[in-house]
Amino acid sequence: MTKEILSARRGTFLRDFVHSRTGVTGVVILLLLILMTVYAVTSVPLQSFQQWNNPAYWINYPKNAAPAWTNLLKIGQKLPEHVILTQEQASITTSFEHGIRTVKHTYSVNFNYDSYPTDFMIPYSAKYGKTPPVIRIDVMRPDGKDFLIYDSSLPPSLSGSGQNYYSDRVFSTDSLIIQNLAVYKNLFEYPQDETMPQVMIFSKTTNPAVLNGVYHWNEKFYLFGNSDSVETSGLILGGTVYGPMGTDELRRDLAVGIFWGAPVALFIGLTVSLASVLIGLIYGIVAGYKGKRTDEGLMRINDLFYSLPTLPILVILSVLIGRSIFLIAGFLIIFGWIGTAKISRSLALQIKNFNYIEAAKLMGQSDFKIIFKHIIPQLLPLTLASIAIAVPSAILAEAALSFLGLGDPSIPTWGQILHQANSAEAAARGLWWWIIPPGLMIALTGLAFALIGNAIESITNIRSR
Amino acid sequence: MLIVVFVTLVLTLALLGSTTDKILTEAVKNDQINIVNQGKLKFQSLDERQHYINSQIQINIKALGLNEPWYSPTRFVNTILKLAVLDLGQSHFFTSDSGSSSVRDIILEKLPRTILLFTSSTLIITIIGLFIGGRLAGRPSSAWDRLNSFLAVSSSSFPSWWVGMLMIFIFAFVYHIFPARSTPLLPPSDPYYIFDLLYCMTLPLITIVLVGFSSWAYIVRYFLAGVLREDFILAKTAMGIPKRKVVYSHGLRNAAPPIITAIALSLAASFAGSIIIEAVFDWPGMGKLYYDAIGVMDVPVIIGITYVFTLIFVVTIFVTDLIYAYLDPRVKVA
Repeated sequence: MTKEILSARRGTFLRDFVHSRTGVTGVVILLLLILMTVYAVTSVPLQSFQQWNNPAYWINYPKNAAPAWTNLLKIGQKLPEHVILTQEQASITTSFEHGIRTVKHTYSVNFNYDSYPTDFMIPYSAKYGKTPPVIRIDVMRPDGKDFLIYDSSLPPSLSGSGQNYYSDRVFSTDSLIIQNLAVYKNLFEYPQDETMPQVMIFSKTTNPAVLNGVYHWNEKFYLFGNSDSVETSGLILGGTVYGPMGTDELRRDLAVGIFWGAPVALFIGLTVSLASVLIGLIYGIVAGYKGKRTDEGLMRINDLFYSLPTLPILVILSVLIGRSIFLIAGFLIIFGWIGTAKISRSLALQIKNFNYIEAAKLMGQSDFKIIFKHIIPQLLPLTLASIAIAVPSAILAEAALSFLGLGDPSIPTWGQILHQANSAEAAARGLWWWIIPPGLMIALTGLAFALIGNAIESITNIRSR
Repeated sequence: MLIVVFVTLVLTLALLGSTTDKILTEAVKNDQINIVNQGKLKFQSLDERQHYINSQIQINIKALGLNEPWYSPTRFVNTILKLAVLDLGQSHFFTSDSGSSSVRDIILEKLPRTILLFTSSTLIITIIGLFIGGRLAGRPSSAWDRLNSFLAVSSSSFPSWWVGMLMIFIFAFVYHIFPARSTPLLPPSDPYYIFDLLYCMTLPLITIVLVGFSSWAYIVRYFLAGVLREDFILAKTAMGIPKRKVVYSHGLRNAAPPIITAIALSLAASFAGSIIIEAVFDWPGMGKLYYDAIGVMDVPVIIGITYVFTLIFVVTIFVTDLIYAYLDPRVKVA
């Protein structure tokens, strides 16, 4: 009979939930977060997530770049977007002449912005034998002028006849580029500064303004050995805007951190709230149901935990014991169950006096069975609501610890992004894209669960009236 | 109450005790080696020098009681007794403005600033909350009421320190109204110091109020609405007493006990929660001190502040219970 009542309740419960606006809003936000999680797991490379705190991984990215879409808001002064091209985006042609193999990597960049790139960088790597290859870089501008900017041979093979692997980057500040560009100075009708190659290459010849159009960067490698090969090449045009969410001080793509933050936050929030509510529920029911000395003792322990200042002790725990995400979840559970225990105790005190419980007792059922079969099902809707309501506080607590610099160092969390933003004084420097998205994500995640919890609570309250 | 303080202390000691001992032992070793290096003592051989250093280290360790673990009865009782008389030891890294490195002096210097910020913000929140809550309780489920409950739910899921960062962005970067760092630039001896301090306090104060007021209004409304449904309120309204007067003088008085409890508890909790807000705004209070102490693992400071936080919290809970019993005589019977 109990089962029938429960299943009937479940039906009306779902119907009520669909009708409550706050509940549906919460579920929609939650679904968005789950979509983010799925997107993070499937599309954002796992490597970028693991390398989050490794500055070397992010060297090709721009520093403190605003999100790319900010250009849409600025009329008349489109800022250059940061461009990262690798050999997959290059058109590669190979020709063979007089025993020399020429490998040409051509990168076409459509440059339609109102200011110059901040710099450029050409990473390359090659394998070669005795005679080092020659690298020659030229830029075909939209106005048909061709600038040869770099012409140099790779360093001689160190290992002698064996295969030598060499990788390096040509920077826009390279003295060879500056020397080469000096030749083209008289093409310009106004004084041009060859020590700023990124300006000179992208300037109009008639007046000091940006020349828009498609630029072809040709990176030619002259290979002298049969087994020589070009391993990688690339082109990086330094810009001041990048990607959907911009980058931070350490050149990290914030979109990666924001997307990967979603599964971490959901994990922390759900584990902590689920575990602490269940512990609190059972603790409270045992205290309320058993009564007398058990109740007294258990509630004194509860009071004790209640009077401890949570945050300082959490801080001490994570400083001394560890900062892994699982440990942090554990610490939060230690302080999470107290409120639920109090509420479920008072409810158990009421339920315990109901006739059917008395009947079950008289029938000789064990306390264990009565608690799990007759009391807990009664509190199920309340439990669901408290689990949902406990999620935001768990997420906030984890974010607070991360914000104090005590988060798990191996993964990006929203709190940690904010911690780094705060230590870099991002707010006072106006780097809003570093501050707003992570905080908004924390707030949205919390809000989703708070709304769902409130909806469940109000539905169950209506029924009890 | 005493038990709670005691347990917290034991807990902090248990967590930090062995680390402190290690740090102190290392410090003693370094000190002794330095003394020998700089001293005029002459030794015949390296072995003799090493022997001398070792014996000096042992003597000093014994003098400090470090040869026993932190839980040994003598040391444990000593520590507890010291803490009971607020002798919190010496800080390794921090000094108060007057130059003292005693943890008690540092905390006593920082405590008023924390109290100033959080008491005044709680006071403002309470006043706003009572006003709005009283208004809303008069007309439940109006559009304003729903707006406020939505604000309350959403502001409780916002991290308040994040709102703080946004406020710094808006009021210090976009509009240069308030300083980004709330540490006053004038020295405390300056006669205008207090004005500088108050000026620096504005931004954190606004932030705390902004984040907190709607949930306060919600709590006040919740308790008031319950009281307003009772018969005696209906009777008062029927007698022709203006509605506002009914709400504020008769309704509020009966809703007071739970509201006051909630205020007191949130005030006590806000002290412990001050760590992050103060770190964000660089407000020179206890929270900022704690934040800095974690960074350099200054154990005496950490223990001292945890102790003070616990003390404040426990005393508040105790006092609140007393006030509750005074305001609501039904509790005394029960």
